[in-house]
Amino acid sequence: MNGDLVLLAILMGAVTYPSRAVPLLAPGIERLPPAVLAYLRLVGPAVLAALAAVNVLVIEGPGGRPQLHVGVETLAVLVAVAIVAWRRNLLLGVAIAVGLVVLARSTGIA
Amino acid sequence: MSVAAAAFGVVYGLAARGAGFSLVDAMAMSLIVFAGASQFAAVGFVAQGMPWIAIVGFTFLLNARHVLYSAALAPWLQRKPRPERAAIAHVLTDESFALSLAHFGRIGRADVPGYWVAAAFIWLPWQAATVAGWLGGQLMPDPTALGLDVVFPAAMGALAVAVITGRRELAAAIGGAIVGVAAALLTSTSIGIIAGGLIGPAIGLAIPRRGSDATTPDDAPSLDGHDESIGVAP
Repeated sequence: MNGDLVLLAILMGAVTYPSRAVPLLAPGIERLPPAVLAYLRLVGPAVLAALAAVNVLVIEGPGGRPQLHVGVETLAVLVAVAIVAWRRNLLLGVAIAVGLVVLARSTGIA
Repeated sequence: MSVAAAAFGVVYGLAARGAGFSLVDAMAMSLIVFAGASQFAAVGFVAQGMPWIAIVGFTFLLNARHVLYSAALAPWLQRKPRPERAAIAHVLTDESFALSLAHFGRIGRADVPGYWVAAAFIWLPWQAATVAGWLGGQLMPDPTALGLDVVFPAAMGALAVAVITGRRELAAAIGGAIVGVAAALLTSTSIGIIAGGLIGPAIGLAIPRRGSDATTPDDAPSLDGHDESIGVAP
């Protein structure tokens, strides 16, 4: 397959780009009601927390069904969150989370 | 996050080659779609012989969460030129959204050069790693053995903390996480993330506002856009 899938990539891009662009390009966002702007300000914390929680707590179980999973990765993410809340240092939090996971896996704990 | 993007980009390139993608095909996905989860899914679907219409439909659903990112950034970027916003949209990912929103919130205004720095730190490694993975990914150790699979959730959780400035943001984050996981368990991970991102803010708005809370209707960000580099970590 030499370039056969470029058209597929274009089609996938065509359905992805509007999701990224339409709200950014929509005119008059500054004229939205204050309640809507307040809602939009809360989307960031909500969606970031949802991304983290779903990514670390939901895995694909038998038959592809989503399944709850609590493991060392969950602990690592909680440690990273605590470190960032305490020290405001993203790099330190993520580095310690990775170190915890590597340690747990290399010692057979996880 | 750049290291994680590079590691998984290598895996993507390797997987794409295994599924029969040419280097041009694999790069077209990374350049045009630039959305890791849907690219990985597409590789699997193509390998299974799934019809293109189904792949495109699944891509739409998987990437629909970007609407929330775009809507959340729109008030910050409303006065930027339309072509610039159109370009910004193409490189809007989980990571560039998280980094830029935390950064804008920290400095109290939009910072377009900072956004481009954040996006470049994901875009460049992803593109380079796609090529590297396609050419020689079998030489790379499994990213999970290096703990790189935890970088993404740890960084997203940490950046959620970085954008919490009051009780409403805290309630939105906790609500988003709980709703997201519950909805993901009942449906799928992509729907769970969208549900958490949609319902979490409503939970936050239900919390009575206090004077110290930053999320008020009239604390709209200033929009001057001076240069300042991304600096979530002090």
